[in-house]
Amino acid sequence: MDQIKASEQEQGTSLWKDAWIKLSKNYLALFGLSVLALLCIVSLLTPWIAPYGYEEQNLILGASAPSLEHWLGTDIFGRDMLTRIMYGGRVSLTVGFIATAVALIIGVLWGAIAGFVGGRVDAVMMRIVDIMYALPFMIFIVLLMVVFGRNILLLFLAIGAVEWLTMARIVRSQVMSLREQEFVEAAHSLGLSQWTIIRRHIIPNTLGPVIVYTTLTIPSVMLLEAFLSFLGLGIQPPQSSWGLLINYGVETMEEYPWLLIFPGVTLSLTLFALNFLGDGLRDALDPRTSKD
Amino acid sequence: MALLEVNGLSIYFYSRNGVVKAVDDVSFSVDAGETLAIVGESGSGKSVTCYSLLDLLPKPPAKIEAGTALFDGIDLLSCDDTQMRRFRSNDIAMIFQDPMTSLNPFISIGEQLIEPLIYNEDKSRRQSRSEARLRAIELLNEVGIMDAERRFDSFPHEFSGGMRQRVMIAMALINEPRLLICDEPTTALDVTIQAQILALIKTLQKKRDVAVIFISHDLGVVAGIADKVVVMCEGTVREANDTEGIFYRTEDDYTRKLLAAIPEGAKVTPSRAEATGEPMIRVDNLKTYFPDYSKTPVGYIRAVDGVSLEIQRGEILGLVGESGSGKSTLGRSILQLAPITAGSINFDGTQLNKLSADHLVPWRRKMQMIFQDPYASLNPRMTVYQTLAEPLLYHGLANAKNIDQQVQHLMDDVGLARNNMRKYPHEFSGGQRQRIAIGRAIATKPELIIADEPVSALDVTIQAQILDLILNLVEKHNLTMLFISHDLSVVRCISDRVVVMNQGVIIETGDTEALWADPQQQYTRDLLAAIPMADPKSERLRTTR
Repeated sequence: MDQIKASEQEQGTSLWKDAWIKLSKNYLALFGLSVLALLCIVSLLTPWIAPYGYEEQNLILGASAPSLEHWLGTDIFGRDMLTRIMYGGRVSLTVGFIATAVALIIGVLWGAIAGFVGGRVDAVMMRIVDIMYALPFMIFIVLLMVVFGRNILLLFLAIGAVEWLTMARIVRSQVMSLREQEFVEAAHSLGLSQWTIIRRHIIPNTLGPVIVYTTLTIPSVMLLEAFLSFLGLGIQPPQSSWGLLINYGVETMEEYPWLLIFPGVTLSLTLFALNFLGDGLRDALDPRTSKD
Repeated sequence: MALLEVNGLSIYFYSRNGVVKAVDDVSFSVDAGETLAIVGESGSGKSVTCYSLLDLLPKPPAKIEAGTALFDGIDLLSCDDTQMRRFRSNDIAMIFQDPMTSLNPFISIGEQLIEPLIYNEDKSRRQSRSEARLRAIELLNEVGIMDAERRFDSFPHEFSGGMRQRVMIAMALINEPRLLICDEPTTALDVTIQAQILALIKTLQKKRDVAVIFISHDLGVVAGIADKVVVMCEGTVREANDTEGIFYRTEDDYTRKLLAAIPEGAKVTPSRAEATGEPMIRVDNLKTYFPDYSKTPVGYIRAVDGVSLEIQRGEILGLVGESGSGKSTLGRSILQLAPITAGSINFDGTQLNKLSADHLVPWRRKMQMIFQDPYASLNPRMTVYQTLAEPLLYHGLANAKNIDQQVQHLMDDVGLARNNMRKYPHEFSGGQRQRIAIGRAIATKPELIIADEPVSALDVTIQAQILDLILNLVEKHNLTMLFISHDLSVVRCISDRVVVMNQGVIIETGDTEALWADPQQQYTRDLLAAIPMADPKSERLRTTR
């Protein structure tokens, strides 16, 4: 018995432990994870470590190129870009993760239940998805903002509430083919409840496409936030977000390229990190890829 | 000189986990008008060998390390793409295992048939569409497709499996190849269809004097068709001889093991059926229909159409039938896995189909299923431990303290080494996976097990081991079993009583040996007559008959 316990420690006992072992051997994924962790930590500590205040203007300075005082330059109001990118990260990362988490949870559950139960339930659930698809989501969000007042958390939820639709469709189609698999039938004949089957046998097997789609959702959510902010529905200057900075950067691209380049590079770096991590996770969560 | 001479062929697969010697120093030859059978279990390298002849291997990971394959004096392994395409279109043709997936579902079969004629690599051999059509119809007639003129424009899904394989054969023959490679051409087919297809290949070969390489895992199938046999194991040739030599005078242990593993004869152990009292399972006039949306108004597929049967406690009841006979649906209906349309299913006097899902749970524990495909019946993301622990914990048959021990007992029971506990299904061979699936089925200490083709996907030597295991477990755990199979030889050697099904109804029922000795129905007689025998002499007699 002791021997088995010992080997348990070594080999891992669950999908997640095994996944972690495999992930820790995938350098690209580890790089992605470190970059994301670093960005999150910096964002968290921004109020204390930022070199300037985010609304601290220096109109005399105006838009200045990177210098020793302002490493990444300043914008047209003379605000420090590094500071603004750091503060922007707080908004962008939060919106990216919260909205995606909302989309992930609703989408996976909705899709899994619709696909697994099938029949009328599926028809009704998927028609609701179709209707939501057809709704112009801008109107939906504007409506929410008008009813509940402009609120940043509500903005996150609203974006999540729009983004889960595709996730639900992806998961549903996966589940529909999984449902016919013999191991699911075997689970039925073991007498497991429907919910247990969904939780233990169905959802873990949809992880591959779900993870890939999630890593694609996070950046698109970040850009959506920028778009909404641009329309005046999201966060407002002098607050910042990466998307907003990029939007303003585009306007002044020809005179002051650093206003576009630095936030752009930060966002791209995040996306790279996310994709590396996502690919690594997908492989790590698939037991068919070897542990070595 | 022979038509094809393969000499010292070695093919290695390079992967991250090292080098696999898929084929290692293999030599054989085949002449016009001759049939060479290459026999071996999965992983023996028999298919890889033949795929390399037509340059169909994925390279990398595959790499041809050494050897030559002289076809008419030209080395197939070193010729360039253009030349290879010429060989493929004019000289060497191939028939694949699965007729369901080897035809393009979006193109009519006629169109697919004439493709090699109108797009021939050799421009001088190209034919016009109308010529090609005539030729194709002629061939379709020859391979036994009725009404070929009309069916020329049909799509693959409109044909049955056997008919599709006939189309594949016609397609292979359309350019008058001199060598025909058949990769398990009958494995996916029913036994009566298999007999027809084998006879067809043989007739066509005689008529056209082509050389045939026939790949199979089943020595029984090749007995009647092969002139020479090469037995392969783990990439090497174990034995090569003429057919009689292999079957009657083999000197190789592995060949002997293969021959011994062919299921033959009757069940050795006596029936353990309790003759007295109520049957354990009583099925009355069971009907299971599925809606058929291809018809307007929506029709029904009568998968099971009024079946009544009884299973006595302790007996092994064999259920045989060809594909589409409703045998699997019957099994699943008894387990309440398929919604039944009418009739009743009684388990020890309780009518299962009247119970609600909640009330069914304790009954579910008492009846379990073993599935055909051990690759699909295990959750790929759960370790052996998780798979086996799930039913134990769910039904409260073990607690956190003794679960490890219980799982180990189960693994001992089904003959899996304990140190495999933390592995995932993909790390096991087919036979081992089937052991895991069996372990899961017996975990809940069931009384009834429904085994749906549990050995059909396995190699013949593994098949024998699994059948032994099943018989042992039935004895040890006092199980009652419904054993579903299309393979009559397997059913004969495991079951006490047999039910023959066709098109949703029971044709005949009887004690196994009585039924074999004296089948009452023509359908049963046909089935029994179509079983291939691992005996070249009697097989020859059959085909000349």
